[in-house]
Amino acid sequence: MKIVKCLIALISAFLMVSASVSARTIIQNKGSDTLVNVAQAWAEEYQKVNGDVAVAVTGGGSGTGIAALINGTVDIANASRKIKGKEKKLAKKNGQDPVQFIVGYDALAVFLHKDNPAKSLSISQMAEIYGEGGKTENWKDIGLQVPNCKGQEIVRVSRQNNSGTYAYFRGTVLGKRRDFKLGSRDMHGSKDVVDLVEKTPCAIGYSGLAYATDHVKLGCVSKKDGDKCVMPSVATASDGSYPIARPLFMYTVGKPKGEIKKYMDWILSDEGQCIILKKGYAPVRAVKCN
Amino acid sequence: MSNERILKTTRQGKPGQGAGDRNLDWYIDKAVQVLVLIAGISAIVFIIGIFTFITKEGISFIFESSYRISAYTIGTLEEKEFPEELLEELEILEGETYVDAAELIIAMEETIGKEATDQYKGLIIEHSVHEPFKVMDFFFSTRWKPTSEWKPTYGAFALIIGTASVTGLAMIVAIPFSLGAAIYIGEFATGKTREALKVLVEMLAAIPSVVWGFIGLSIMNPLIIKAFDVPIGLNVLNAGVILGLMAAPIMATIAEDALKAVPDRYREAAEAMGATRWQVIFKVVLPAAKKGLLAAILLGLGRGFGETMAVLMATGHAINLPTSIFDSVRALTATIAAELGETAVGSDHYRALFTLGIFLFVVTFVINLTADLVVRGVKKG
Repeated sequence: MKIVKCLIALISAFLMVSASVSARTIIQNKGSDTLVNVAQAWAEEYQKVNGDVAVAVTGGGSGTGIAALINGTVDIANASRKIKGKEKKLAKKNGQDPVQFIVGYDALAVFLHKDNPAKSLSISQMAEIYGEGGKTENWKDIGLQVPNCKGQEIVRVSRQNNSGTYAYFRGTVLGKRRDFKLGSRDMHGSKDVVDLVEKTPCAIGYSGLAYATDHVKLGCVSKKDGDKCVMPSVATASDGSYPIARPLFMYTVGKPKGEIKKYMDWILSDEGQCIILKKGYAPVRAVKCN
Repeated sequence: MSNERILKTTRQGKPGQGAGDRNLDWYIDKAVQVLVLIAGISAIVFIIGIFTFITKEGISFIFESSYRISAYTIGTLEEKEFPEELLEELEILEGETYVDAAELIIAMEETIGKEATDQYKGLIIEHSVHEPFKVMDFFFSTRWKPTSEWKPTYGAFALIIGTASVTGLAMIVAIPFSLGAAIYIGEFATGKTREALKVLVEMLAAIPSVVWGFIGLSIMNPLIIKAFDVPIGLNVLNAGVILGLMAAPIMATIAEDALKAVPDRYREAAEAMGATRWQVIFKVVLPAAKKGLLAAILLGLGRGFGETMAVLMATGHAINLPTSIFDSVRALTATIAAELGETAVGSDHYRALFTLGIFLFVVTFVINLTADLVVRGVKKG
């Protein structure tokens, strides 16, 4: 008899748990590795705001997220680049109409070794360093003498060719129709870029500002030669004065409704925007956080 | 086939066992036989499965040819002073793919009219030919630019040379180390030293490759910059040394087995004739174990060739033809690992990576087959 009672108790407990689980709404959120930390933080914080909704966050890259949106397996896709025309067409064909939200900004910092004396770098100088056909191979070519750098050769550090950061840098710094010069060290991840630049006097690299450490120097970037240069920071990314800051996107399937709309509204609220600020990215507007 | 034969012989070998006396042992025997059969065949099934998979994904890339109006087509036509108003109309077709020239011409006639088509079809066809895989370009061009928005090109020459240079240097590092270790463990060390060394060498083989890569990235890189006064320490030397150290334990273990297989009477005979210890090893033991040692080297070579994570981190991952061991390079395996994750399934880039996979598979297959044939030679000899 006792065993039977125990069993009944167990089964009813199990049923209650599963019932409460099924009552929760699960929002599937996938995409950009740049945004994954922030998305995770949002998901965790949102648990406290609305316990009935669970947000499942996975990374994998902007392309992966948008592909999942097209295939209808996620509710929200994170992307560090704008959806491509082709992807939009594909999504519409599958009956998913992606709606875009800008949820923050990411300043793309240019990293230099701590001993590098560069005071400022213009976009066109960087295009000559990184771009195909660019003539700048040597720090002397831009009038610099980098200590401990053998032969003053510029060691270009870049990202693997399918990352959103790589594509954004190509579009903004090199310009349309221009590819990267071959022979750059293509790191697999933003952290590796910073690590390599830190240990290599001749190096120059780029990555999201959130990955900057005290061991590397941040380049001051100007739009044109001779213009006043701007240091990358959350403030300069938000007000648009820093020339290489990119918007961070979230895409929903159609106009968001119900719990997804509530979640998106919360992300764009002061509370949500303070979280992205804390993670080292720029909010979409000025917010006051404690 | 051979398994079936074994089943038959066991059945015939026990003539007293009819259907009547099927006891527990008989069932255990059967069950084990089935399990062993599955395990034995599984390797073959997996190999065929993997090969079919990569071939299926990659082969269409090799034989594909079509006509595609791309951004590059439009841009080139613009430069060739193609009439602007026609170009605008032609832009509607951007991104479209046609199986053959006839289909392209039909589409062109619909968009820019018959007259203009007749006038410009040669020019358009010339610049819209889409053949991502050309044998010469794929194997002898260094332009690996699969994600270019302007004009993607797939040239794997620099990657092949990168893999070859790193593996080559790794072998130069690993062969003396591993053969030295094998000779010491097999011929000189005794008792506890020998056991301790054997265990340590095997432990060295168990270090994960990402840890090796990390050592290359954060310890060897600054060390090489300081020691050799070069701009960057992520280069052929770094990756070659790391890969050499990774391959050495396996090579040492197999080489030691090969030395052990040399009968003691060879050594005794040589010593009886007055040979010194070195003379015994170099004139008698090593020549006798020649094939086993070669197999060890080839297996190490295969290991180096297929290694991914460590070379991804230690080579610098730069598309570059090395002129010295201080140049950064990029390996085939590392390229696949770094790029496959975010590639749209079925795209040119995706299939190009699978084509690299086919190439790698064929090369490692040949290396391992050679090693295997050499080992067989040892057993016969």
